[in-house]
Amino acid sequence: MAYNFKETMNKPERLAPGHRMCAGCGGTIAVRNVLRGLHEGDKAVIGNATGCLEVSTFTYPYTSWQDSYIHNAFENAGSTLSGVEGAYKALKRKGKLDATYKFITFGGDGGTYDIGLQSLSGAMERNHDMVYVCYDNGAYMNTGIQRSSATPMYADTTTTPVGSQSNGKPQNRKDLASVIAAHDIPYVAQTTFVQNFKDLHIKAEKAIYTPGAAFLNIMAPCPRGWRYNTPDIMEICKLGVETCYWPLFEVVEGKWILNYEPKHKKPIEEFLRPQGRFKHLFKKGNEYLLEAFQKEVDRRWEELLFRCSR
Amino acid sequence: MARRDRLSGNEAVAEALRQINPDVFPAFPITPSTEIPQYFASFVANGKVDTEFIPVESEHSSMSAAIGASAAGARALTATSSCGLAFMWEELYIAASNRLPLALALVNRALSGPININCDHSDSMGARDSGWIQMYAENNQEAYDNMVQAFRISEHKDVKLPIMICQDGFITSHAVENIELLEDEEVRSFVGEYKPENYLLNPDCPMAVGPYSVTDYYMEAKRNQAEGMRHVEQVVLDIAKEFAELSGREYGLFEAYRLEDAERAVVMIGSAAGTTKDAIDRLREKGEKVGLLKIRLYRPFPADAIAEALKNVKAVAVMDRAEGYSNHGGPLGADVMAALFRARSTALAANIIYGLGGRDVRVEDMEQVFEDLQTMIDQNDAGETYRYMGLRE
Amino acid sequence: MATDISKLGLKAKWQDLTEGMIIAGAGTSAEFNTGEWSSVKPVFIEENCRQCLLCVPVCPDSCIPVQDKKRAEFDYDHCKGCGICVKACPFGAITMEGVN
Repeated sequence: MAYNFKETMNKPERLAPGHRMCAGCGGTIAVRNVLRGLHEGDKAVIGNATGCLEVSTFTYPYTSWQDSYIHNAFENAGSTLSGVEGAYKALKRKGKLDATYKFITFGGDGGTYDIGLQSLSGAMERNHDMVYVCYDNGAYMNTGIQRSSATPMYADTTTTPVGSQSNGKPQNRKDLASVIAAHDIPYVAQTTFVQNFKDLHIKAEKAIYTPGAAFLNIMAPCPRGWRYNTPDIMEICKLGVETCYWPLFEVVEGKWILNYEPKHKKPIEEFLRPQGRFKHLFKKGNEYLLEAFQKEVDRRWEELLFRCSR
Repeated sequence: MARRDRLSGNEAVAEALRQINPDVFPAFPITPSTEIPQYFASFVANGKVDTEFIPVESEHSSMSAAIGASAAGARALTATSSCGLAFMWEELYIAASNRLPLALALVNRALSGPININCDHSDSMGARDSGWIQMYAENNQEAYDNMVQAFRISEHKDVKLPIMICQDGFITSHAVENIELLEDEEVRSFVGEYKPENYLLNPDCPMAVGPYSVTDYYMEAKRNQAEGMRHVEQVVLDIAKEFAELSGREYGLFEAYRLEDAERAVVMIGSAAGTTKDAIDRLREKGEKVGLLKIRLYRPFPADAIAEALKNVKAVAVMDRAEGYSNHGGPLGADVMAALFRARSTALAANIIYGLGGRDVRVEDMEQVFEDLQTMIDQNDAGETYRYMGLRE
Repeated sequence: MATDISKLGLKAKWQDLTEGMIIAGAGTSAEFNTGEWSSVKPVFIEENCRQCLLCVPVCPDSCIPVQDKKRAEFDYDHCKGCGICVKACPFGAITMEGVN
């Protein structure tokens, strides 16, 4: 799919301002750019798991959504949209509806990797014609930065606080894109905010217009939870990609495709250093933690290269 | 143009659903309601309905999908029992607070633990405060008739609330009884088309549903929701009247059986009412003034009408097929006694827990209850007001 | 028909709320002013702008309107002053106090 940046930016805005997400939030950057993947004239129903995005974009009576929108609960964005999509099929079949609708649901990593995993898995396995978008900021940010299974190793969160006996979260993060790819659905992709958003836009458009279930995992930094300098979000995302912490890839009909391979893979320290949640890793004597982190990034990167037959 | 048939309660409800031909039916199996989606799936497989049947991965998801479908503008329902209903608990409140018409075919079964697959009402009683309309059946005919009326009540413009159509697990769900069915066309024209005012798939106007509500709105939102419930009694009566014209079968908020001149009465819900009627018939032959008030509509609770119907009784036994763990009895007991208190009733009243986990109720058991009521009258003392029936001790 | 949210202020009576708390219509949050959240705001220096539009996708608040493939002045009623656009501009056409 060709990408014309200016034309894409010229499309009507589908997320109205006046929502109450924090200044500099990565979540709404993800939402705005995913919604630009919709073709003009196509209607959509947007689903949303409980989280920052939901409480901030539909605070009665203010909705930020230009399309129909449903929030149900925390753990059921997948099944809720299954029902909406089922209604669409039924009403179409019965001749009660003419318009074309697309179905997109957004959840944070808490609602996606953790509490909503069963509902998501069911919706993907049933292959509903919908896109599930995870805006992954690596913790339960809405309730105040508690660890999730998406939280990276060693991150300092309010339920994995760094202390005399703790180096932050002891476990590695779950590789959810692989888990969803194992559902053998038509389209899975991982992306984030880089350059002129070509990678994200193309993936969003493919996900929306591929018949059947699609899943997008978007790294969406949270300035409060990650404790970086808020204006630096694009730099943070770039470092995530250049260090191979957050590789850009697609799984199309089961085939793994690497979308970007850095010429010189940067050391993971460059991604971690600007973030306050990893501050303790840079204390003298904690070099071994950085080494362990690097080892884990390398292992996963090699695994991905293997899957992508590189 | 009624058709006579012999069907189990599950078959009867599935048959009503085939005739209604709803838009979306997400479901997850759980004993003893499993047969309803099973029968329905075979209707889908054989082109007898054009419903979107969604075999989801849990009951939480079946209710979530039903909510999504209803919000989208479809006529939706699901079916479940016991722990399945408990797993939906959060979603029940959301369906009701969103004012979404939808139906749930509930086949009552004991809640775990210990795990047990047989009938009691602990599942639906746990959902009594969720904002759903709850309607109960004594037998297969009533389960069928209630299901045919369900969407008319739920979708009524003054109501717009979800409805639970309950029947007793195994006792009615699996027992085959004679039944009179309406013709397909009769059901379809009775139920009619669903035309919501606002819905997600309305091409002319988008809709947002499920907001975050700050404290300034929350209490007003709850009162606004309660308004729908306040209209239910009248709507149930109006729809029942229309249904009687079609079927010849009359329904109210409850059934009063030989209650007019009764001095002793039993109040209960569900299939054990049939057994109680047998006991009453036997005792009436001996000249005893005994009667039954069988609840059909439990939520909202028609307290005034119930108190009025019981105004001349001297003693009443309220039978609960669920524990309440209040140390004072079960939920129906609390509701009926509150109704009697508000009506300044002087009747003696006891609350009896019975039939848990499928424990049998015999005609003799109910005769004993009426005898105990006589003892209360003779001694002018209700004695222990929180009792168990059919318990080994 | 779209909901008239002007009748749904914080003092609305229970009778006035929408049934099921739904909102018919879309984009009503535009009427909620988040521009008050910060006093520091980006400044658009039009003469430096080459209309590359790289500032547009990075705004979390949809505050850089685009028409005919050209960006216009910031929507200060809603801009929260996060400063991301300042960093995204390759041509120094956006400045903000405290952001280099």
